[in-house]
Amino acid sequence: MSSTPLKQSAITSYPRFIGRALWLATEGSFAFYAWMTALTAVSLVGANAWANQVAGGMITTNMTDHVSWGLYIANFTFCVGLAAGGVMMVIPAYLYDDEEMHKVVIIGEAVAIAAIVMCTLSVVVDLGRPDRFWHLIPGIGKFNWPISMLTWDVIVLNGYLMINLHVVGYLLYMRYLGRKPNGWWYLPFVFLSIFWAISIHTVTAFLYCGLGGRPFWNSALLAPRFLASAFVSGPAFIILVMRILRVTTGYTAPLGPARTLIQIIRVAMTINLLMLVSEIFTVLYTGSAHAAPLNYLFFGDHGKTGLVPWIWTAIGMNLIGTALFFTPAALERSQIRVLACLLVIVGIWIEKGMGLIIPGFIPSTLHEIVEYSPSLLEWKVVAGIWGLGLIILTLSLKLIVNVFTSRMHVEENQISESLNH
Amino acid sequence: MTNIEPNQSADSQASTHGDSPGTDPFTRRAAIKGAFATLGAAAFVAAVSPLRQAAKNTSAVEFMQQHYTELSPEQKATVIARLEAETKEKYGADVTIADDRPIPGTKFVYAINLSVCNGNGKCVEACHRENNHDRSTNQSYIRVIEMPKGTMDMEKGSTTYAGVVPREDKFYLPVQCQQCDEPPCVDVCPVKATWKEEDGIVVVDYNWCIGCRYCEAACPYHARRFNWKQAEVPADEINPDQSYLSNRVRPVGVVEKCTYCLHRTRRGRLPACLEACPTGARVFGNILDKNSNIRWILENKRVYILKEELGTKPAFFYYFD
Repeated sequence: MSSTPLKQSAITSYPRFIGRALWLATEGSFAFYAWMTALTAVSLVGANAWANQVAGGMITTNMTDHVSWGLYIANFTFCVGLAAGGVMMVIPAYLYDDEEMHKVVIIGEAVAIAAIVMCTLSVVVDLGRPDRFWHLIPGIGKFNWPISMLTWDVIVLNGYLMINLHVVGYLLYMRYLGRKPNGWWYLPFVFLSIFWAISIHTVTAFLYCGLGGRPFWNSALLAPRFLASAFVSGPAFIILVMRILRVTTGYTAPLGPARTLIQIIRVAMTINLLMLVSEIFTVLYTGSAHAAPLNYLFFGDHGKTGLVPWIWTAIGMNLIGTALFFTPAALERSQIRVLACLLVIVGIWIEKGMGLIIPGFIPSTLHEIVEYSPSLLEWKVVAGIWGLGLIILTLSLKLIVNVFTSRMHVEENQISESLNH
Repeated sequence: MTNIEPNQSADSQASTHGDSPGTDPFTRRAAIKGAFATLGAAAFVAAVSPLRQAAKNTSAVEFMQQHYTELSPEQKATVIARLEAETKEKYGADVTIADDRPIPGTKFVYAINLSVCNGNGKCVEACHRENNHDRSTNQSYIRVIEMPKGTMDMEKGSTTYAGVVPREDKFYLPVQCQQCDEPPCVDVCPVKATWKEEDGIVVVDYNWCIGCRYCEAACPYHARRFNWKQAEVPADEINPDQSYLSNRVRPVGVVEKCTYCLHRTRRGRLPACLEACPTGARVFGNILDKNSNIRWILENKRVYILKEELGTKPAFFYYFD
């Protein structure tokens, strides 16, 4: 993709760069191999669970005709937010020319790539007939575009993956070659990715809020709330990743970018909580048809309280996390900051997942209350998806660190080496 | 804390890291990495081995099958012959699968007299048998809600009522696919596996559906069902009178729905739920026929439709005497 504008040798040199990158990205300490082995094991457990689901039918999940989407789509929704939020660092870095942000931007894009892969997998495991996946491919299948919002989601998610692969690949390749990146070959894509990041989460929200028969989702606030929470979970995840990188590899960014991220989180989380209050007030004060799912979610209905512990855990975590982000310690490299990030990530995972998808189905459209809690198999599959996502993230972070610490670059003797092969 | 000097020169890098291609450690490391990669790949193959079981149930021909609307008459005949053979093999039943097409000049609508329906549930059972539903889950396309008199708010109703019916101070509201003129389920399908035919019936190509269940989320009437498992039906209970777009035995992992029994109604018969109804509450017919009962009812009775505010325009009406 990015090889054509360069010298002709790029056609052979870029694949060699990828090959070397993969080789070096799988080099590491004992702890690194232990981490990768553990992730591989978790992924395999997930793959096995999914294979059993395909073989035995989706009766192996706890989903029903009443709650026909569950943990998979919940996890999908969170991962879309993670992917969108991962790129939000791009805005300060490029719009405000914050040079210091660049080391963080590339990490954000790596997070986005891993998150998009997790999104795709979360949807694929939810299909009753994964063997018919080709029906979704424009040209050979029957793509119901532009009517079905799901086809829009397929387009924006894949487009987002391509954009980020291009930008990350190009920037690293240039750095590897020791050349200055040519703005024409990546800046347009960087700006495109800003709009695209917003579009992936907006389209995903439209997937739900466009359904008139589901009052819980059928709210104009859904897309803005998705975005606000994405600007919390994305930056929080990146702060954690930067922390891990600093401890394990010494790859650091100055304090400035992290402070920018904390400011983004403070504002976005406040807006998110404000919109939550606004939504709850509107629904509960008027007591309209929208009230039943919210009542079920927060207080239980007819003695059924399956989601009550989930949502109050999420609200508690989000409130405590937000409060911690507002302490001065959050601006420093402190344990408080790490704790705050962990709290809001888990809090938003619940709020955007179990707390958003499941109440859309309870009560059902005929007002029956059938509860849902994920089966062990579903947990295994989702763990497997995270395992694979973290493998991809770890490898791309290794690559980034290798290039940025000049451990991997074109060497003088490489030409003779390649002749030997 | 850090174990790497970020700004080491290229020369020292090359000498301290013995992993650059072409050196001895490379081959040893390559061997180790190769061994681990092989081990990983083998473990992966073992992990997904249950897929082999699933693959047995899907032939290559079925995998390659085109969308219903793109099949030529010859291809349809081949597909139907294959489906009949499969039903024989898996269920031990001889069935005939037809390809019933809409009758020109027909628009089917349904109406239920809520003053008469007494909640006996015979329609639910008839649907279950007629459409070869899974016996173990007692599946049916119809749900009947017992409602307190004086409200149309389904939140006050119950689908799990039992005992002698009808009960004083209750009325009964059977709900099935409303065959909407603006069907949200059709709009959301990403692969056009479901569509509305000329006689108003919304159908599913069970061999094209990918099982994403977006339609199930979109339907405001709980009309769609997913095949969470392969349906179990004893051979002697299989209804052999089948159609490709309606009551043939459905594959696992796809969505299905009420088709107004098109394998009956397109051949001039009435839906199974209507025939089973002992109260005469159900009326079915062609709204384009000026002399039909259904036309008279819609013109003269107080008619109510479910969730009118959603703009789905149902072809299913409820009325009172």
